[in-house]
Amino acid sequence: MISVRNLRKAFKGQAVLNGIDLDVAAGEVLVIIGPSGSGKTTLLRCINLLEEPNGGQITVGNIHIDADQPLKAQHGLVRKLRQHVGFVFQNFNLFPHRTALENVIEGPVQVKKEPRAQAIERARALLAKVGLSGKEDAYPKRLSGGEQQRVAIARALAMQPDVLLFDEPTSALDPELVAEVLATIRGLAEEKRTMVIVTHEMGFARDVANRVIFIDGGVIVEQGKAKALFDFPQQARTRQFLSRFSLSDS
Amino acid sequence: MMENSLQLALDSLPFLLKGTLWTVVLSLGGMFFGLLLGFALALLRLYGYWPLQWLSRIYVSFFRGTPLLVQLFMIYYGLPQLGIQLEPLAAALIGFSLNMGAYTSEILRAAIASIDRGQWEAAASIGMGRMQTLYRAILPQAARTALPPLGNSFISLVKDTALAATIQVPELFRQAQLITARTFEIFTMYLAAALIYWVLASTLAYFQARLEARVNRHEQDFR
Repeated sequence: MISVRNLRKAFKGQAVLNGIDLDVAAGEVLVIIGPSGSGKTTLLRCINLLEEPNGGQITVGNIHIDADQPLKAQHGLVRKLRQHVGFVFQNFNLFPHRTALENVIEGPVQVKKEPRAQAIERARALLAKVGLSGKEDAYPKRLSGGEQQRVAIARALAMQPDVLLFDEPTSALDPELVAEVLATIRGLAEEKRTMVIVTHEMGFARDVANRVIFIDGGVIVEQGKAKALFDFPQQARTRQFLSRFSLSDS
Repeated sequence: MMENSLQLALDSLPFLLKGTLWTVVLSLGGMFFGLLLGFALALLRLYGYWPLQWLSRIYVSFFRGTPLLVQLFMIYYGLPQLGIQLEPLAAALIGFSLNMGAYTSEILRAAIASIDRGQWEAAASIGMGRMQTLYRAILPQAARTALPPLGNSFISLVKDTALAATIQVPELFRQAQLITARTFEIFTMYLAAALIYWVLASTLAYFQARLEARVNRHEQDFR
Protein backbone atom coordinates (compact mmCIF):
# COMPACT_ATOMS: atom_id res chain seq x y z
CA MET A 1 0.00 0.00 0.00
CA ILE A 2 2.78 2.42 0.98
CA SER A 3 6.30 2.15 -0.30
CA VAL A 4 9.05 4.58 0.62
CA ARG A 5 12.54 4.30 -0.85
CA ASN A 6 15.69 6.15 0.16
CA LEU A 7 13.75 9.06 1.67
CA ARG A 8 16.01 11.94 2.64
CA LYS A 9 15.19 15.18 4.38
CA ALA A 10 17.33 17.91 5.88
CA PHE A 11 16.31 21.11 7.61
CA LYS A 12 18.81 23.90 6.93
CA GLY A 13 21.58 21.42 6.22
CA GLN A 14 20.77 19.34 9.29
CA ALA A 15 19.88 15.82 8.11
CA VAL A 16 16.67 14.53 9.71
CA LEU A 17 15.97 11.50 7.54
CA ASN A 18 18.93 9.58 6.17
CA GLY A 19 17.58 7.33 3.47
CA ILE A 20 14.52 5.66 4.92
CA ASP A 21 13.07 2.53 3.29
CA LEU A 22 9.61 1.58 4.42
CA ASP A 23 6.77 -0.65 3.26
CA VAL A 24 3.30 -0.84 4.69
CA ALA A 25 1.01 -3.62 3.53
CA ALA A 26 -2.73 -3.16 3.03
CA GLY A 27 -4.54 -3.70 6.33
CA GLU A 28 -1.38 -3.36 8.35
CA VAL A 29 -1.04 -1.16 11.42
CA LEU A 30 2.47 0.20 11.66
CA VAL A 31 3.58 2.14 14.71
CA ILE A 32 6.63 4.36 14.62
CA ILE A 33 8.37 5.09 17.91
CA GLY A 34 11.54 6.94 18.76
CA PRO A 35 12.93 9.80 20.82
CA SER A 36 11.88 13.35 20.04
CA GLY A 37 13.91 14.78 17.21
CA SER A 38 14.47 11.31 15.79
CA GLY A 39 12.64 12.16 12.56
CA LYS A 40 9.50 10.07 13.07
CA THR A 41 7.07 12.98 12.63
CA THR A 42 9.05 14.25 9.65
CA LEU A 43 8.86 10.80 8.08
CA LEU A 44 5.09 10.76 8.51
CA ARG A 45 4.73 14.28 7.12
CA CYS A 46 6.88 13.37 4.13
CA ILE A 47 4.58 10.49 3.22
CA ASN A 48 1.75 12.88 2.35
CA LEU A 49 4.18 15.62 1.31
CA LEU A 50 3.30 18.12 4.02
CA GLU A 51 7.08 18.24 4.20
CA GLU A 52 9.00 18.33 0.94
CA PRO A 53 11.66 15.60 0.98
CA ASN A 54 15.11 16.30 -0.43
CA GLY A 55 14.96 13.07 -2.31
CA GLY A 56 13.54 9.59 -2.52
CA GLN A 57 10.53 7.73 -3.90
CA ILE A 58 7.08 7.62 -2.35
CA THR A 59 4.31 5.37 -3.59
CA VAL A 60 0.81 5.13 -2.15
CA GLY A 61 -1.47 2.71 -3.98
CA ASN A 62 -0.84 3.48 -7.61
CA ILE A 63 0.26 7.08 -7.08
CA HIS A 64 3.98 7.59 -7.34
CA ILE A 65 5.90 10.70 -6.32
CA ASP A 66 9.50 11.10 -7.39
CA ALA A 67 10.90 13.33 -4.67
CA ASP A 68 14.21 13.59 -6.50
CA GLN A 69 12.32 15.98 -8.78
CA PRO A 70 10.81 19.25 -7.55
CA LEU A 71 7.35 18.74 -6.04
CA LYS A 72 5.98 21.80 -7.83
CA ALA A 73 6.12 19.91 -11.12
CA GLN A 74 4.07 17.07 -9.56
CA HIS A 75 1.50 19.36 -7.97
CA GLY A 76 -1.52 17.49 -9.32
CA LEU A 77 -0.17 14.12 -8.20
CA VAL A 78 0.52 15.44 -4.71
CA ARG A 79 -3.07 16.61 -4.33
CA LYS A 80 -4.30 13.27 -5.61
CA LEU A 81 -2.09 11.39 -3.18
CA ARG A 82 -3.38 13.47 -0.27
CA GLN A 83 -6.95 12.58 -1.16
CA HIS A 84 -6.00 8.96 -0.61
CA VAL A 85 -4.04 9.54 2.59
CA GLY A 86 -5.86 10.70 5.70
CA PHE A 87 -3.80 12.70 8.16
CA VAL A 88 -4.57 13.25 11.84
CA PHE A 89 -2.56 16.04 13.46
CA GLN A 90 -1.21 16.33 16.96
CA ASN A 91 -3.07 19.64 17.37
CA PHE A 92 -6.27 18.48 15.61
CA ASN A 93 -6.23 21.50 13.26
CA LEU A 94 -9.99 21.55 12.87
CA PHE A 95 -11.40 24.53 10.99
CA PRO A 96 -12.56 26.68 13.92
CA HIS A 97 -15.15 28.58 11.90
CA ARG A 98 -16.96 25.41 10.87
CA THR A 99 -19.08 23.08 12.96
CA ALA A 100 -18.09 19.47 13.56
CA LEU A 101 -20.32 18.36 10.70
CA GLU A 102 -19.05 21.08 8.37
CA ASN A 103 -15.47 20.06 9.15
CA VAL A 104 -16.23 16.49 8.16
CA ILE A 105 -18.04 17.28 4.89
CA GLU A 106 -15.52 19.92 3.78
CA GLY A 107 -13.24 17.48 1.95
CA PRO A 108 -15.93 15.35 0.29
CA VAL A 109 -17.97 18.36 -0.87
CA GLN A 110 -15.21 20.82 -1.77
CA VAL A 111 -12.53 18.47 -3.03
CA LYS A 112 -14.34 15.36 -4.23
CA LYS A 113 -17.46 17.29 -5.30
CA GLU A 114 -19.68 14.76 -3.58
CA PRO A 115 -23.37 15.79 -3.39
CA ARG A 116 -23.87 17.72 -0.17
CA ALA A 117 -26.81 15.67 1.09
CA GLN A 118 -24.90 12.44 0.62
CA ALA A 119 -21.79 13.88 2.31
CA ILE A 120 -23.89 15.02 5.28
CA GLU A 121 -25.42 11.59 5.64
CA ARG A 122 -22.00 9.93 5.66
CA ALA A 123 -20.61 12.59 7.99
CA ARG A 124 -23.37 11.93 10.52
CA ALA A 125 -22.57 8.24 10.40
CA LEU A 126 -18.86 8.93 10.85
CA LEU A 127 -19.46 11.25 13.80
CA ALA A 128 -21.64 8.57 15.34
CA LYS A 129 -18.86 6.06 14.75
CA VAL A 130 -16.37 8.18 16.69
CA GLY A 131 -18.94 8.64 19.45
CA LEU A 132 -20.01 12.19 18.71
CA SER A 133 -23.67 11.90 17.79
CA GLY A 134 -25.42 15.07 18.90
CA LYS A 135 -22.29 17.20 18.50
CA GLU A 136 -22.79 17.77 14.76
CA ASP A 137 -23.55 21.46 15.10
CA ALA A 138 -20.96 22.27 17.76
CA TYR A 139 -18.07 24.53 16.85
CA PRO A 140 -14.61 23.15 17.75
CA LYS A 141 -14.24 25.74 20.50
CA ARG A 142 -17.10 24.07 22.35
CA LEU A 143 -15.58 20.59 22.16
CA SER A 144 -12.99 19.05 24.46
CA GLY A 145 -9.59 18.15 23.05
CA GLY A 146 -10.56 14.49 22.83
CA GLU A 147 -13.77 15.35 21.01
CA GLN A 148 -11.92 17.65 18.63
CA GLN A 149 -9.43 14.92 17.82
CA ARG A 150 -12.26 12.48 17.15
CA VAL A 151 -13.88 15.00 14.79
CA ALA A 152 -10.49 15.27 13.09
CA ILE A 153 -10.42 11.48 12.70
CA ALA A 154 -13.92 11.58 11.20
CA ARG A 155 -12.80 14.35 8.86
CA ALA A 156 -9.91 12.18 7.65
CA LEU A 157 -12.20 9.13 7.26
CA ALA A 158 -14.73 11.15 5.27
CA MET A 159 -12.29 11.23 2.36
CA GLN A 160 -12.44 7.41 2.31
CA PRO A 161 -8.65 7.23 2.34
CA ASP A 162 -6.62 4.11 1.58
CA VAL A 163 -4.25 4.95 4.41
CA LEU A 164 -4.51 6.87 7.67
CA LEU A 165 -1.51 8.64 9.17
CA PHE A 166 -1.58 9.68 12.83
CA ASP A 167 0.97 12.17 14.10
CA GLU A 168 1.12 11.82 17.89
CA PRO A 169 -2.67 11.98 18.06
CA THR A 170 -2.85 12.09 21.85
CA SER A 171 0.20 14.20 22.72
CA ALA A 172 -1.77 17.45 23.00
CA LEU A 173 -4.53 15.94 25.14
CA ASP A 174 -5.17 16.10 28.85
CA PRO A 175 -4.37 12.67 30.32
CA GLU A 176 -8.00 11.81 31.06
CA LEU A 177 -8.93 12.38 27.39
CA VAL A 178 -6.26 10.12 25.91
CA ALA A 179 -8.20 6.89 26.34
CA GLU A 180 -11.23 7.92 24.25
CA VAL A 181 -9.06 8.83 21.29
CA LEU A 182 -6.98 5.66 21.57
CA ALA A 183 -10.19 3.61 21.74
CA THR A 184 -11.36 5.24 18.50
CA ILE A 185 -8.07 4.43 16.77
CA ARG A 186 -8.14 0.90 18.14
CA GLY A 187 -11.60 0.48 16.62
CA LEU A 188 -10.21 1.49 13.24
CA ALA A 189 -7.36 -1.00 13.60
CA GLU A 190 -9.91 -3.76 14.19
CA GLU A 191 -11.49 -2.85 10.84
CA LYS A 192 -8.17 -3.75 9.22
CA ARG A 193 -7.53 -0.25 8.01
CA THR A 194 -4.04 0.55 6.81
CA MET A 195 -2.56 2.91 9.35
CA VAL A 196 0.77 4.45 10.29
CA ILE A 197 0.85 5.85 13.79
CA VAL A 198 3.54 7.93 15.45
CA THR A 199 2.98 7.77 19.19
CA HIS A 200 4.54 7.85 22.62
CA GLU A 201 1.79 5.61 24.04
CA MET A 202 3.84 2.44 24.28
CA GLY A 203 1.15 0.26 25.81
CA PHE A 204 -1.24 1.25 23.06
CA ALA A 205 1.46 0.67 20.45
CA ARG A 206 2.11 -2.84 21.65
CA ASP A 207 -1.61 -3.66 21.61
CA VAL A 208 -2.59 -2.18 18.33
CA ALA A 209 0.44 -2.50 16.07
CA ASN A 210 1.16 -5.39 13.73
CA ARG A 211 4.65 -4.07 13.33
CA VAL A 212 6.74 -1.46 15.13
CA ILE A 213 9.59 0.63 13.83
CA PHE A 214 12.09 2.24 16.15
CA ILE A 215 13.66 5.24 14.52
CA ASP A 216 16.56 7.32 15.83
CA GLY A 217 18.91 9.78 14.19
CA GLY A 218 16.95 9.65 10.95
CA VAL A 219 17.44 5.93 10.38
CA ILE A 220 15.38 2.85 11.19
CA VAL A 221 17.30 1.25 14.03
CA GLU A 222 15.09 -1.76 14.55
CA GLN A 223 11.74 -3.11 13.43
CA GLY A 224 9.68 -6.16 14.06
CA LYS A 225 6.44 -7.61 15.38
CA ALA A 226 5.06 -5.37 18.09
CA LYS A 227 5.36 -7.77 21.01
CA ALA A 228 8.77 -9.02 19.96
CA LEU A 229 10.18 -5.54 19.66
CA PHE A 230 8.77 -4.34 22.97
CA ASP A 231 9.59 -7.48 24.94
CA PHE A 232 12.87 -8.51 23.35
CA PRO A 233 14.48 -5.47 21.68
CA GLN A 234 17.65 -6.49 19.86
CA GLN A 235 19.47 -3.17 19.68
CA ALA A 236 21.03 -1.39 22.63
CA ARG A 237 19.50 1.95 21.56
CA THR A 238 16.05 0.42 21.40
CA ARG A 239 16.47 -1.11 24.85
CA GLN A 240 17.71 2.18 26.24
CA PHE A 241 14.74 4.05 24.74
CA LEU A 242 12.13 1.54 25.91
CA SER A 243 13.58 1.36 29.41
CA ARG A 244 12.26 4.87 30.01
CA PHE A 245 8.67 3.71 29.59
CA SER A 246 6.74 1.56 32.00
CA LEU A 247 4.38 -0.65 30.05
CA SER A 248 2.45 -1.83 33.04
CA ASP A 249 0.15 1.17 33.26
CA SER A 250 -1.84 0.50 30.11
CA MET B 1 -31.68 84.09 13.71
CA MET B 2 -32.10 80.49 14.84
CA GLU B 3 -35.21 80.15 12.74
CA ASN B 4 -33.50 81.59 9.68
CA SER B 5 -30.63 79.21 10.01
CA LEU B 6 -32.92 76.24 10.36
CA GLN B 7 -34.91 77.37 7.34
CA LEU B 8 -31.72 77.77 5.36
CA ALA B 9 -30.49 74.33 6.34
CA LEU B 10 -33.79 72.82 5.25
CA ASP B 11 -33.80 74.76 1.97
CA SER B 12 -30.25 73.62 1.25
CA LEU B 13 -30.96 70.02 2.12
CA PRO B 14 -31.64 68.90 -1.48
CA PHE B 15 -28.23 70.27 -2.52
CA LEU B 16 -26.52 68.67 0.41
CA LEU B 17 -28.21 65.35 -0.27
CA LYS B 18 -27.15 65.48 -3.88
CA GLY B 19 -23.61 65.98 -2.65
CA THR B 20 -24.09 63.17 -0.17
CA LEU B 21 -24.91 60.84 -3.02
CA TRP B 22 -21.50 61.51 -4.56
CA THR B 23 -19.87 61.12 -1.18
CA VAL B 24 -21.49 57.69 -0.84
CA VAL B 25 -20.48 56.73 -4.38
CA LEU B 26 -16.87 57.72 -3.71
CA SER B 27 -16.84 55.93 -0.35
CA LEU B 28 -18.36 52.67 -1.56
CA GLY B 29 -16.33 52.74 -4.77
CA GLY B 30 -13.12 53.42 -2.85
CA MET B 31 -13.89 50.59 -0.43
CA PHE B 32 -14.75 48.13 -3.17
CA PHE B 33 -11.85 48.78 -5.51
CA GLY B 34 -9.50 49.45 -2.62
CA LEU B 35 -10.36 46.08 -1.11
CA LEU B 36 -9.84 44.28 -4.42
CA LEU B 37 -6.55 46.03 -5.00
CA GLY B 38 -5.49 45.52 -1.39
CA PHE B 39 -6.24 41.81 -1.62
CA ALA B 40 -4.16 41.47 -4.78
CA LEU B 41 -1.30 43.43 -3.22
CA ALA B 42 -1.44 41.33 -0.05
CA LEU B 43 -1.28 38.08 -2.04
CA LEU B 44 1.64 39.38 -4.09
CA ARG B 45 3.45 40.39 -0.94
CA LEU B 46 2.81 37.05 0.76
CA TYR B 47 3.10 34.56 -2.08
CA GLY B 48 4.54 36.35 -5.12
CA TYR B 49 8.02 35.95 -6.52
CA TRP B 50 10.40 38.39 -4.92
CA PRO B 51 10.23 41.13 -7.59
CA LEU B 52 6.45 41.19 -7.14
CA GLN B 53 6.84 41.24 -3.38
CA TRP B 54 9.02 44.29 -3.71
CA LEU B 55 6.66 45.96 -6.12
CA SER B 56 3.88 45.47 -3.60
CA ARG B 57 6.04 46.84 -0.79
CA ILE B 58 7.04 49.93 -2.75
CA TYR B 59 3.45 50.57 -3.78
CA VAL B 60 2.22 50.42 -0.19
CA SER B 61 5.10 52.53 1.04
CA PHE B 62 4.41 55.25 -1.53
CA PHE B 63 0.64 55.46 -1.14
CA ARG B 64 0.78 55.35 2.65
CA GLY B 65 3.75 57.69 2.79
CA THR B 66 2.41 60.56 0.70
CA PRO B 67 -0.56 62.83 1.39
CA LEU B 68 -3.84 61.74 -0.16
CA LEU B 69 -4.39 65.33 -1.26
CA VAL B 70 -1.12 65.31 -3.20
CA GLN B 71 -2.10 61.99 -4.82
CA LEU B 72 -5.45 63.44 -5.91
CA PHE B 73 -3.75 66.53 -7.36
CA MET B 74 -1.26 64.38 -9.24
CA ILE B 75 -4.07 62.38 -10.78
CA TYR B 76 -6.47 65.20 -11.59
CA TYR B 77 -4.13 68.12 -12.34
CA GLY B 78 -0.93 66.24 -13.12
CA LEU B 79 -1.93 63.44 -15.44
CA PRO B 80 -3.33 65.75 -18.16
CA GLN B 81 0.26 66.86 -18.75
CA LEU B 82 0.99 63.25 -19.66
CA GLY B 83 -2.01 63.22 -21.94
CA ILE B 84 -4.42 61.55 -19.53
CA GLN B 85 -7.44 63.74 -18.89
CA LEU B 86 -9.85 62.42 -16.28
CA GLU B 87 -13.28 63.57 -15.15
CA PRO B 88 -13.23 64.84 -11.56
CA LEU B 89 -15.30 61.93 -10.30
CA ALA B 90 -13.16 59.34 -12.09
CA ALA B 91 -9.97 60.96 -10.84
CA ALA B 92 -11.27 60.99 -7.28
CA LEU B 93 -12.46 57.41 -7.45
CA ILE B 94 -9.11 56.25 -8.81
CA GLY B 95 -7.23 58.24 -6.19
CA PHE B 96 -9.26 56.91 -3.27
CA SER B 97 -9.06 53.33 -4.57
CA LEU B 98 -5.29 53.46 -5.05
CA ASN B 99 -4.83 54.96 -1.61
CA MET B 100 -7.28 52.58 0.06
CA GLY B 101 -5.57 49.62 -1.62
CA ALA B 102 -2.35 50.41 0.20
CA TYR B 103 -4.02 50.44 3.61
CA THR B 104 -6.24 47.41 3.11
CA SER B 105 -3.34 45.37 1.72
CA GLU B 106 -1.41 45.81 4.96
CA ILE B 107 -4.45 44.87 7.02
CA LEU B 108 -5.21 41.80 4.93
CA ARG B 109 -1.59 40.72 4.78
CA ALA B 110 -1.27 40.79 8.54
CA ALA B 111 -4.60 39.02 9.02
CA ILE B 112 -3.78 36.24 6.56
CA ALA B 113 -0.30 35.78 8.01
CA SER B 114 -1.76 35.48 11.51
CA ILE B 115 -3.62 32.26 10.67
CA ASP B 116 -1.88 29.19 12.05
CA ARG B 117 0.13 27.08 9.58
CA GLY B 118 -1.82 24.07 10.80
CA GLN B 119 -4.89 25.38 9.00
CA TRP B 120 -3.05 25.30 5.67
CA GLU B 121 -1.81 21.82 6.46
CA ALA B 122 -5.24 20.56 7.47
CA ALA B 123 -6.69 21.82 4.20
CA ALA B 124 -3.78 20.34 2.24
CA SER B 125 -4.27 17.00 4.00
CA ILE B 126 -7.77 16.66 2.56
CA GLY B 127 -6.49 17.51 -0.91
CA MET B 128 -7.37 21.19 -1.14
CA GLY B 129 -5.35 23.48 -3.37
CA ARG B 130 -3.91 26.81 -2.35
CA MET B 131 -6.63 29.09 -3.66
CA GLN B 132 -9.32 26.81 -2.32
CA THR B 133 -7.65 26.78 1.09
CA LEU B 134 -7.38 30.54 1.06
CA TYR B 135 -11.02 30.96 0.15
CA ARG B 136 -12.55 28.22 2.34
CA ALA B 137 -10.28 28.13 5.39
CA ILE B 138 -7.98 31.11 5.69
CA LEU B 139 -9.97 34.17 4.64
CA PRO B 140 -13.05 33.46 6.78
CA GLN B 141 -10.74 33.31 9.80
CA ALA B 142 -8.60 36.24 8.70
CA ALA B 143 -11.79 38.29 8.41
CA ARG B 144 -12.09 38.22 12.21
CA THR B 145 -8.74 39.92 12.59
CA ALA B 146 -9.15 42.20 9.60
CA LEU B 147 -12.63 43.61 10.18
CA PRO B 148 -11.95 46.10 13.00
CA PRO B 149 -9.00 47.80 11.26
CA LEU B 150 -10.82 47.63 7.91
CA GLY B 151 -13.77 49.38 9.52
CA ASN B 152 -11.42 52.06 10.78
CA SER B 153 -9.97 52.59 7.33
CA PHE B 154 -13.40 52.73 5.72
CA ILE B 155 -14.61 55.33 8.19
CA SER B 156 -11.49 57.37 7.49
CA LEU B 157 -12.24 57.08 3.79
CA VAL B 158 -15.78 58.42 4.22
CA LYS B 159 -14.33 61.51 5.85
CA ASP B 160 -11.42 61.79 3.43
CA THR B 161 -13.79 61.95 0.46
CA ALA B 162 -14.20 65.60 1.45
CA LEU B 163 -10.81 66.10 -0.19
CA ALA B 164 -12.50 65.47 -3.54
CA ALA B 165 -13.96 68.97 -3.19
CA THR B 166 -10.53 70.27 -4.12
CA ILE B 167 -10.67 68.58 -7.51
CA GLN B 168 -14.13 69.84 -8.45
CA VAL B 169 -16.20 66.80 -7.44
CA PRO B 170 -19.63 68.14 -6.34
CA GLU B 171 -19.72 65.98 -3.22
CA LEU B 172 -21.09 66.90 0.19
CA PHE B 173 -18.36 69.22 1.39
CA ARG B 174 -18.18 70.98 -1.98
CA GLN B 175 -21.93 71.58 -1.93
CA ALA B 176 -21.68 73.02 1.56
CA GLN B 177 -18.90 75.34 0.37
CA LEU B 178 -20.97 76.50 -2.58
CA ILE B 179 -23.96 77.26 -0.39
CA THR B 180 -21.91 79.18 2.19
CA ALA B 181 -20.41 81.25 -0.60
CA ARG B 182 -23.93 82.22 -1.61
CA THR B 183 -25.57 82.69 1.78
CA PHE B 184 -22.71 83.40 4.23
CA GLU B 185 -24.36 81.01 6.72
CA ILE B 186 -21.00 79.43 7.28
CA PHE B 187 -21.43 77.71 10.63
CA THR B 188 -24.87 76.30 9.86
CA MET B 189 -23.91 74.81 6.55
CA TYR B 190 -20.70 73.20 7.75
CA LEU B 191 -22.50 71.88 10.79
CA ALA B 192 -25.16 70.37 8.55
CA ALA B 193 -22.47 68.77 6.39
CA ALA B 194 -20.66 67.48 9.48
CA LEU B 195 -23.87 65.90 10.77
CA ILE B 196 -24.39 64.10 7.47
CA TYR B 197 -20.79 62.76 7.56
CA TRP B 198 -21.47 61.63 11.10
CA VAL B 199 -24.60 59.75 10.03
CA LEU B 200 -22.68 58.06 7.20
CA ALA B 201 -19.81 57.04 9.45
CA SER B 202 -22.19 55.76 12.12
CA THR B 203 -24.10 53.69 9.58
CA LEU B 204 -20.83 52.14 8.48
CA ALA B 205 -19.85 51.46 12.08
CA TYR B 206 -23.20 49.79 12.65
CA PHE B 207 -22.75 47.40 9.74
CA GLN B 208 -19.18 46.73 10.80
CA ALA B 209 -20.36 45.71 14.26
CA ARG B 210 -22.99 43.38 12.81
CA LEU B 211 -20.48 41.79 10.48
CA GLU B 212 -18.02 41.33 13.33
CA ALA B 213 -20.64 39.59 15.42
CA ARG B 214 -21.32 37.32 12.48
CA VAL B 215 -17.73 36.25 11.87
CA ASN B 216 -17.22 35.79 15.60
CA ARG B 217 -20.14 33.39 15.94
CA HIS B 218 -17.94 30.33 16.31
CA GLU B 219 -15.94 31.93 19.12
CA GLN B 220 -18.84 31.70 21.53
CA ASP B 221 -17.91 29.34 24.29
CA PHE B 222 -20.81 27.92 26.25
CA ARG B 223 -18.90 25.33 28.20
